[in-house]
Amino acid sequence: MSELLLELKNVTKQFKGGTVALDNISFSIDADEPSIIAIAGESGSGKTTLGLMAMGFLTASTGSVLYRGNDLAEMSGSDHKEFRKEVQAVFQDPFAVYNPFYKVDHIMEVPIANFKMASSKKEAREMMEQALISVGLRPEETLGRFPHQLSGGQRQRIALGRALLLRPKLLIADEPVSMVDASLRATILEAMDKLNKEFGITVLYITHDLTTAYHVSDYILILYKGSIMEAGDIESIIRNPQHPYTQLLIGSIPWPDLDRVWGEDIAIIDIEEDTSEESRVGCKFAGRCPHVMDKCKVAPPPLYWPDDNNRVASCYLFDDKPVLPGDDVGTLFRSKKVAVSR
Amino acid sequence: MSREHILQIKNLDVQYYTDAGIVYANNKINLELKAGERLGLVGESGSGKSTLALAILGMIKPPGGIAGGEILLDGRDITKLDEEETRQMRGREISMIPQGAMNSLNPVMRVKDQIIDSVIDHELGLGKEEMEEMVRYALEAVELDRTVGNMYPHELSGGMKQRACIAIAIAMKPKVIIADEPTSALDVVTQRQVMQTIRRIQEEMGAAVIMIGHDMGLMAQFVDRLAVMYAGQMAEVAPKEGAFRAPMHPYTQMLIESLPKLGAKGEFHGIPGITPLLRDLPPGCVFNPRCPQSFGPCKEVMPKFLEHRPNQWVACHLYENESEPARS
Amino acid sequence: MQRIIIALRYIRRNVSLAIGLGILIFLILFAVIGSFLVDTKVDPYPLAGPASVAPTLSYCPRTDPECAQVEPVAYPFGTDGQGRDLFAVAVVGTWMTIRIGLLAGMIGLAIGTVLGFTSAYYGGVYDAFIQWTVDVLLTVPGLLILIIIASTIAGLENGKTLTINQMGLVIALLAWMGPTRTIRSQVLSMRERPYVMMARLNGMSSLGIIFREMIPNLLPYLGAGLVGSVTGAIFASMGLAALGLGPLREPTLGVTIYWVINQNAFLRGLWWWAAVPIVIVALIFIMLFLISMGLDEVANPRVRRAR
Repeated sequence: MSELLLELKNVTKQFKGGTVALDNISFSIDADEPSIIAIAGESGSGKTTLGLMAMGFLTASTGSVLYRGNDLAEMSGSDHKEFRKEVQAVFQDPFAVYNPFYKVDHIMEVPIANFKMASSKKEAREMMEQALISVGLRPEETLGRFPHQLSGGQRQRIALGRALLLRPKLLIADEPVSMVDASLRATILEAMDKLNKEFGITVLYITHDLTTAYHVSDYILILYKGSIMEAGDIESIIRNPQHPYTQLLIGSIPWPDLDRVWGEDIAIIDIEEDTSEESRVGCKFAGRCPHVMDKCKVAPPPLYWPDDNNRVASCYLFDDKPVLPGDDVGTLFRSKKVAVSR
Repeated sequence: MSREHILQIKNLDVQYYTDAGIVYANNKINLELKAGERLGLVGESGSGKSTLALAILGMIKPPGGIAGGEILLDGRDITKLDEEETRQMRGREISMIPQGAMNSLNPVMRVKDQIIDSVIDHELGLGKEEMEEMVRYALEAVELDRTVGNMYPHELSGGMKQRACIAIAIAMKPKVIIADEPTSALDVVTQRQVMQTIRRIQEEMGAAVIMIGHDMGLMAQFVDRLAVMYAGQMAEVAPKEGAFRAPMHPYTQMLIESLPKLGAKGEFHGIPGITPLLRDLPPGCVFNPRCPQSFGPCKEVMPKFLEHRPNQWVACHLYENESEPARS
Repeated sequence: MQRIIIALRYIRRNVSLAIGLGILIFLILFAVIGSFLVDTKVDPYPLAGPASVAPTLSYCPRTDPECAQVEPVAYPFGTDGQGRDLFAVAVVGTWMTIRIGLLAGMIGLAIGTVLGFTSAYYGGVYDAFIQWTVDVLLTVPGLLILIIIASTIAGLENGKTLTINQMGLVIALLAWMGPTRTIRSQVLSMRERPYVMMARLNGMSSLGIIFREMIPNLLPYLGAGLVGSVTGAIFASMGLAALGLGPLREPTLGVTIYWVINQNAFLRGLWWWAAVPIVIVALIFIMLFLISMGLDEVANPRVRRAR
């Protein structure tokens, strides 16, 4: 078995104040098969927390995050540097990631120096220019400028260029286009897609926007209040959602398509949030689910395999179907299909 | 001048005077809105759409100012009103549903008091009973329970806060409602519910809505007509079908092309180049440096905004030959 | 060049900053040009000059019957009760007063910045301790402490008087609390900014982040902090000097005021003696106030007044 790049093992993250951001999530990434995996959910779903844990900025309350088999929380300094080189990130706010005091070159010069990637200033400059060209920017129009002199789309692409520069194995993109104008999103997504297809980088695309997730990803993981609702091939899930929450989400999306009317596919029930203590146990969606049963409030459902497609849903509606062996949804995101025992 | 148009903007120019030069935020904007119509106003940041909204509300302050043109609300030029008249008009005839409801509500006042607050300032001469009635109507219209009126903003969820803002905006039954990305801070499910609420209220009241944003999906589902702005100018105004299925302006065409579609997974059609700065506009048509169909006159002459197809207005030289004489 | 033009245009619109900077330039020119006109090698407190002379450009001692033969001496600011040339006092004293202010202000700011930074970045018990100390010291009446400290030090020396540098250090002791607070809150908010996260992703160490990422962005606050602490320091030095706890041998403006009170200048009708230090001190404070108001507008664009 090849060494897994990153592995979250039964990770739970609870913040001060009691909120449980992630609840017993198991998820692994095999870097040998670069793919784009969407981590989707609304605010409060835990997707950003998942991203931060994968970046090594947060430690798990229970469970562990392993990098190439080693626990991230206990790694030495030099191992940590290796980790930094292989796992990089792009953030949501295209302006805030730049220190307004420096030109945009700073954001690339620093890692080149820190990771000793170039032996001379000239070589560094060449690397930077190559990276920018790879994401569709012209170095003469972008290098040497200050952040406020460039558009949001350009800044975000420079951030992608910087990530590319480091030749990571994994790129965590936390809502990279949500603060960018709709007309500029396509170019950024295209750059991200290129990073995956041409440079073999696995991308974790964290977003709340299912339309762009569909457009660019191969697989998807849908989170709700810290638990996985549905996960697997994006085609199957978007075209034929099985979990009631996914159905609700997809039905609520305003597709830019005049032939599809909002919400005609599903029965939206206006159930207000159930924040009582009972809803903490059992399925997280029980309080709003139109198909809720008694057993849903007792224990969270395991990941079932509703049909022949490569995807699982955590819902008792599929109680009679087989369960995913070993909780790790990451196994679905690889081309080797997992054997199912019926 | 047809009386069925509740709002008419004619050749509006809005400029800001800065240390670095004059910023031409709005350039010869022409737009018409019928009573009860839903119009979507889209454009990138730096396109001038927020400035247009502020101009309609009479909220352009120095160093900015209206440098020309007129805005007719029900026949009356509201750019010529004085402070007091403008203030009376705001809330009563034109109101706004802002972006980010969390920041727009007063955290130390109950919801019903905030509704009454804006009503009182308009001196409608209403007694206590009548104002309570207004509050009741407003809350009911946005499907909030009456008890919500007695709550403070921090006790409400995001969707409820946004509905409270809508309630404040419609309490006096305005003729025009400007909604500035009213659901951008909400999750997809709540967004749908809030948008449906807005639609229902506006249909009941017969009010027109200008919805500003750049979520084209939302536009496709909600508006009747679409107005596309680019670099301070109006590029195209068309009915929804025309805009999405047969866009005329190259910018609109590329915009629609770049949207993710269910059938075209993995194909990306971005718009190359970047938007010009509003104080440093290129000569001729502002879009010409990025336009794949740019030719001769585009670099020199600014195209006029004309109705080149029935009910579809474009500012583009491609259609100059086929145009009818400009309708005023 | 473009940037300089935009900056100048801005200053033209920012009236407070313009006037404040104008006064600053004027004072600097006064001190610099004045230093050429005054013989600083000679003790500016010579007791050999004629006493109590009103401002005049050509002075002749009345005792000399042949005035024309004597070279008329100019005392543009007059002399004081003991015959010191007040013009010399003005030139030298202005610079001395500003020096005390700068010394104390900068030391106070430096201590405050280091404490504020480390306290915010490393947090924990250390932070709590510093915060507590700052809060307690801020409630103590500063002038009172300064008087006690100053008089103790003066008492330890011969001649019972402080030197300028000693005064600067004493005042610095109480000038660091304000900056500590401001810098600490700024760093706390900066720590969460995405560009700091980006720096960590780039493999930067904590120290590297503080120096290369945070400090450059703090410069506006440091600038405003400097103006604030210099103002406070000059205030404190004036207060101490007027009470007689200043460097009595030096012609600082505060000490001059002490002598004015001590020697009953008003009762004796020697108005020019008081006018000189008072006018200059007023100018200095007006300048500091205007500059700080102007800087406030720069740092906080929302305050910017539109045309």
